[in-house]
Amino acid sequence: MSDEKNLPVKSEDEHGTAVEVAEPIPDPGLEPHEPRITDIDPKAADRVERQVSGMFGLATLLVIGSCVAYFAIPRDSIIEFGPLSGNANNMVIGLCIGLALFLIGAGAIQWAKKLMVDEEISEERHAAHSSPQQIAEITEAFQQGTAESGFTRRKMIRNSLIGALGVLGLPAIILLRDLGPLPGRALYNTIWAKGIRVVNDVTDRPIKPSDLVVGQLVNAAPANLAPLQEESAVEYQNAKAKAAVIVVRIKPSEIRTKPGRENWGVDGILCYSKICTHVGCPISLYEQTTHHVLCPCHQSTFDLSDSAKVVFGPAARPLPQLPLAVDSEGYLVAQSGFHEPVGPSFFERG
Amino acid sequence: MSTSTEFPGPVKWVDDRLGIAKIGKKNLRKIFPDHWSFMLGEIALYSFIILILTGTFLTFWFKPSMAEVEYQGSYSLLKGLHMSEAYASTLDITFDVRGGLLMRQIHHWAAVLFIAAMMVHLLRMFFTGAFRKPRELNWLIGFGMLFLGIVEGFIGYGLPDDLLSGTGLRITNGMIQASPVVGTYMNFFIFGGEFPGDDFVSRFFIVHVLLIPGIILALVTAHLFLVVYHKHTQYAGPGRTQKNVVGYPLFPVYTAKAGGFFFVVFGITALMGALMQINPVWLYGPYNPAEVTAGAQPDWYMGWLEGSVRIFPGFESTFWGITLSWNLIIPALIVPPAFVTLVALYPFIEGWITGDKREHHLLDRPRDVPTRTGIGVAFITFYAMLWIGGGNDLIATHFNLSLNHVTWFLRFAVILGPILGFWIARRWAISLQRADHDRLMHGLETGVIMRSPEGKYTEKHQPISTYEAYSITARDRLVPHEIGPETDENGVRAPRRALNKARAALSRFYFADAVQKPTAQELEEAHEHAHDADEIHELTEDTETYREVTSDRS
Repeated sequence: MSDEKNLPVKSEDEHGTAVEVAEPIPDPGLEPHEPRITDIDPKAADRVERQVSGMFGLATLLVIGSCVAYFAIPRDSIIEFGPLSGNANNMVIGLCIGLALFLIGAGAIQWAKKLMVDEEISEERHAAHSSPQQIAEITEAFQQGTAESGFTRRKMIRNSLIGALGVLGLPAIILLRDLGPLPGRALYNTIWAKGIRVVNDVTDRPIKPSDLVVGQLVNAAPANLAPLQEESAVEYQNAKAKAAVIVVRIKPSEIRTKPGRENWGVDGILCYSKICTHVGCPISLYEQTTHHVLCPCHQSTFDLSDSAKVVFGPAARPLPQLPLAVDSEGYLVAQSGFHEPVGPSFFERG
Repeated sequence: MSTSTEFPGPVKWVDDRLGIAKIGKKNLRKIFPDHWSFMLGEIALYSFIILILTGTFLTFWFKPSMAEVEYQGSYSLLKGLHMSEAYASTLDITFDVRGGLLMRQIHHWAAVLFIAAMMVHLLRMFFTGAFRKPRELNWLIGFGMLFLGIVEGFIGYGLPDDLLSGTGLRITNGMIQASPVVGTYMNFFIFGGEFPGDDFVSRFFIVHVLLIPGIILALVTAHLFLVVYHKHTQYAGPGRTQKNVVGYPLFPVYTAKAGGFFFVVFGITALMGALMQINPVWLYGPYNPAEVTAGAQPDWYMGWLEGSVRIFPGFESTFWGITLSWNLIIPALIVPPAFVTLVALYPFIEGWITGDKREHHLLDRPRDVPTRTGIGVAFITFYAMLWIGGGNDLIATHFNLSLNHVTWFLRFAVILGPILGFWIARRWAISLQRADHDRLMHGLETGVIMRSPEGKYTEKHQPISTYEAYSITARDRLVPHEIGPETDENGVRAPRRALNKARAALSRFYFADAVQKPTAQELEEAHEHAHDADEIHELTEDTETYREVTSDRS
């Protein structure tokens, strides 16, 4: 090999900065084929044949086994076998079918690897682009078609067609308008209002201040939520998604009250929206000693003794607080609805 | 074997109508190269087929409706509870349809595998440079499928309407709501009003079983067509060039191997479905917007998005009566799409930087393009840091760490990690290149130590085989893009000078420090030198001649 051949040579492309060079070592060509044991020894080949057909045979038995299991194993029987516990019917059917499929596949691959001819073949590649002659032909044909249609010459036809097709997009969008109602004030309101009792969200019983000891947190709901369920399941779910609250009792001396909220609590009992101000998960993990409540979805942490301000995590706003009072029968009620929208932020929230 | 010029009866019937010999002639013995890393895409394809089969089975019983029913099936713990028909029918499939639980679990495992296989396949494409011309479009098609696969998986996760899936949708709802201007409206249109409403299961169902699978199927077809048209890439090696493809024929070798591999993948997912529990929806209960389970995790492919919103600090701006929730806009609406777009456009970015316009059918070894490998590792590190963020609570509880510390660590690691990852991977690749270079120039270390009469110790090296040496050198010699002189001969400044300068600088950075393969002359000199060393061994008995040789050289 002469020296000049080894210098980097620019390829023909204008921007060809990766360069074609003569290889320092000439291509020695494909490595010689090495025969496998199955190519040389007929006994080994016969052994592989038995292996492969053995796998296929076993697969047949397993498939039949899965059909038997379907009918033979009661649908509610349980297998208890350490970590392998579960529904016996599903498990045995799955095991049989899974193993059968695996064996069919393994047999076919073994057949290909051990018995089929394994001499590598070289096939030519062609550039992806068309040949100049093809390009010339198609260009000519296209130009002829364009000329025959008059598409470029009769501009009025062309432009009006583009216009007509363009506006077709409008009904495609407008027809989707009824996918849902407009938001309106929906996100600003909950079913909380003046005088609505605070009820335990499991028992639906109204809560008296004396029911709560210091350090206790109760998941609660408005008393007018449960009756909604009878009326409409969807109204009930939608209302619940906004109205869920937590009621917590904190030693009054540990509470730092925000100006204007002095009378929002009852003997250290405070009520906050349960819906995280980040993306709307129900917050749920309460730590008594620090008064912190944590959202399990993204770990936003709020300090309930300090107007539920954010102490950590991705949330930006405190949990909205519901002003509490006690009604004539001594039960906790809301003084009013929430003073701000609950749940995650939205653009027009302000 | 006698060659017949006429098909037997039934085949003739088909050929008379379709001309199958004309189509089959080219493709029946089409050559595909053999390498384990070429199977990753196959896994994705096969899991997609498994998803269609098992998914069809599930639709026979699943009721995509949010109408409220009282559960009366055979799972006694939830008996009498009010729930949506979707959740109730999922319980029926699980407990009352024989093989139903199995199919549900195969479906879910195959979905997890589908996306994992696509992603690993994508990494293989990336690190071997398989995305280069002429395959950029197929890279984009693949990206489209990965994106749709993730959306598809997430929507499928939401269909059973259990507590966990509802929570996932609640989070999605909150993220959409953070979009400036249109967020609230989009939510009301998607969910048919307020969350949760009673529309999303039936709407998501049709998207999940018809719309997205249909698009993916079309893309799969295009993807495979292009693989056949371009012919498969291959690793460089003796006899394997840009102009050929070396391997085994489609019929019979790949019919058996790839067909067999489909059964293997199906078999393994079936065994997973039989033995490994996934998404036990009956334990979570029906969706209740006031409840949530602690330590809940989405499917793995959603983890990085979850992590992104978890570790972002709580920034929000309120002015002129509007609210901009940066804590969602940035980590959920800007960063993930920007990252995905960057990776999707990488082939074009690299092509522009390197100025490479040629077709490539030989794959790069990752070490031979150190900067690309470094960028790939940076992408992986970025993704991994966000992904770890998605489990920050589990990491904190499992390793007894403070959740706040884990989160703060990740806030920095997500920026510094990729830089560090880039640098380490790039240097690592360059070191591997140097090791290759040494191997090529000086041969193998034999472990045989020789002593010269002067007492100098050297290790005997043995040249590597021509085949190996060729494989090591069969790669491009890459030089930075040059931009030519500032002004042409008439003194006119070249257009877009600043852009071209930036491009040249990037190009220099791209190729800086990479080890070039030796020229034939360098290789020859190195081998002569090695030959000298061997002669030392032979000449040690004849001290005089040896001295002569050494004096010559000094």
